[in-house]
Amino acid sequence: MSKFQFPESIHSRPVYGTLAPRPGKAHLMIADAEGAEALIELADQDADLIRGAHIIYIPKETGDTYVEKLRALGPAQLYVGPSYEASVPRIRRVLSDAHMGLQIYLAGTEGLMGQAMNEAMQAGIPHSAIQTEHRGSVARRVQCVHCKGITEDVMTDPFVCSHCGLNLFVRDHYSRRLAAFQGVRVDAEDPGNVPEPVELYK
Amino acid sequence: MSAAPQKAKAGAEKIDVTVSDVVKLNELVTRFEFTRTDGKDFPPFSAGAHTVVEMNDDGRTRLNPYSLMSDPADTSKYAISVRRDDEGRGGSLFMHNTVKVGDRMTLSYPVNLFPLDLRGRKHVFLAGGIGITPFMAMIAHLERISVPWELHYACRNKDLGSYVDELTGTYPSKVHVYFDDQDQKIALEDLLDGQPLGTHVYVCGPKGMINWVHTTAAAHGWPDEHVHSEEFLAPQPGKPFEVRLCKSDITIQVGEDESLLEAIERCGVEAPFLCRGGACGQCETNVVEADGTFEHRDHWLDEDEHASGKKIMPCVSRFVGKTLVLDR
Repeated sequence: MSKFQFPESIHSRPVYGTLAPRPGKAHLMIADAEGAEALIELADQDADLIRGAHIIYIPKETGDTYVEKLRALGPAQLYVGPSYEASVPRIRRVLSDAHMGLQIYLAGTEGLMGQAMNEAMQAGIPHSAIQTEHRGSVARRVQCVHCKGITEDVMTDPFVCSHCGLNLFVRDHYSRRLAAFQGVRVDAEDPGNVPEPVELYK
Repeated sequence: MSAAPQKAKAGAEKIDVTVSDVVKLNELVTRFEFTRTDGKDFPPFSAGAHTVVEMNDDGRTRLNPYSLMSDPADTSKYAISVRRDDEGRGGSLFMHNTVKVGDRMTLSYPVNLFPLDLRGRKHVFLAGGIGITPFMAMIAHLERISVPWELHYACRNKDLGSYVDELTGTYPSKVHVYFDDQDQKIALEDLLDGQPLGTHVYVCGPKGMINWVHTTAAAHGWPDEHVHSEEFLAPQPGKPFEVRLCKSDITIQVGEDESLLEAIERCGVEAPFLCRGGACGQCETNVVEADGTFEHRDHWLDEDEHASGKKIMPCVSRFVGKTLVLDR
């Protein structure tokens, strides 16, 4: 099961929905890993929508599991890329060529949706008009508030900053601009007194 | 929808002004320009703002909102354009027939319920008739900061096209004018199509035009956040009714051609307001008891709130029935 119900949290924490077909002149869908399942379910609702869509898909550790299924939906364009970073020039090019009436659908991990939403916002689309659906890993993209370095796919709390080595407590405080949660040193008062890391949401 | 922040005093702060110019533009529209009576500069305003003009019409106080249409960067004067409404309640007729250069009047501080979203990459203005006025100020502002815009302006005919010559003369490539009597229509679907990402559209005009723009833009996949509109409602006459104001402990009569808000004010009860046209939310009032039917006419409360019978906007809405008790 790729769906996960996040517990309620502070206002800053992003809330994800369920993708639904919307009227529009063009449709851009960006997904990673199990996010493909959300696009397949969207196609169940409106097959024509997908046939006119541009899908940018990053399989990550799911490998070939979903690629052929997505191709079978018959999207106008399907790009399968090795990483989110590798797909960024393509996303920017699509957004720079786009016009009002473009609908954006994001599905998959929080890191992917946050970063792709940020690109769309910079292109002039309000964040509230961008659809999202969380699927797959609950790993987070976290910024160390001390060194500003970003660590991808954080699975435990606390964790060690991959840039400066501090022990960071993972907050629900989220930055839409950085597309990252904030990580704050957990042992600032009492250096070395670091709680045992636990897996997120376990 | 949550209540707007409450102010200590009713309405916005006031400015004493002197009428410095009265320019008849055509059969229906006249521009009025004001300077401050104390000789100081006006407070700056943001494009899209309106002012509430206080008129002393033979002892009766009239308060009408008008969009400020002068250049927001020019703080030496404020200007409004008033369309004469012969069937209206008399405010615009008073302005046209009575107000002359040198008259002292009172304006409210500007209030903006129709601001530009300056995050926009481009701004598309759709004006119907006198709805051109807020766009005059917006255009001046966008020209100064060099942000792209275009105007599509529908008016009845050439003679009634206020500012058409001025606009088409100054911005020939950005202004598109459509005359009803020549069967020219705004090709809305075509002009929404192909606008760059980050474009905002603004509409000011009759209700039908506003609804048309919202519906068409939504069908073309435009986010609601990018479609802006402003429509001031004038209070409509209706059957007289009686209201009990429980906090003030008085019972008042609302006359046929006055609004509930005006009746409350006439009886000396201070009630909050800003736009007096059903848009700003400032006058939202709780209903304590009601036995009858509400005639809700505002744009502020949502459908559920209208149906609940728990709230009323006294600036434009009325009541028909036996008992109405307000928390005022």
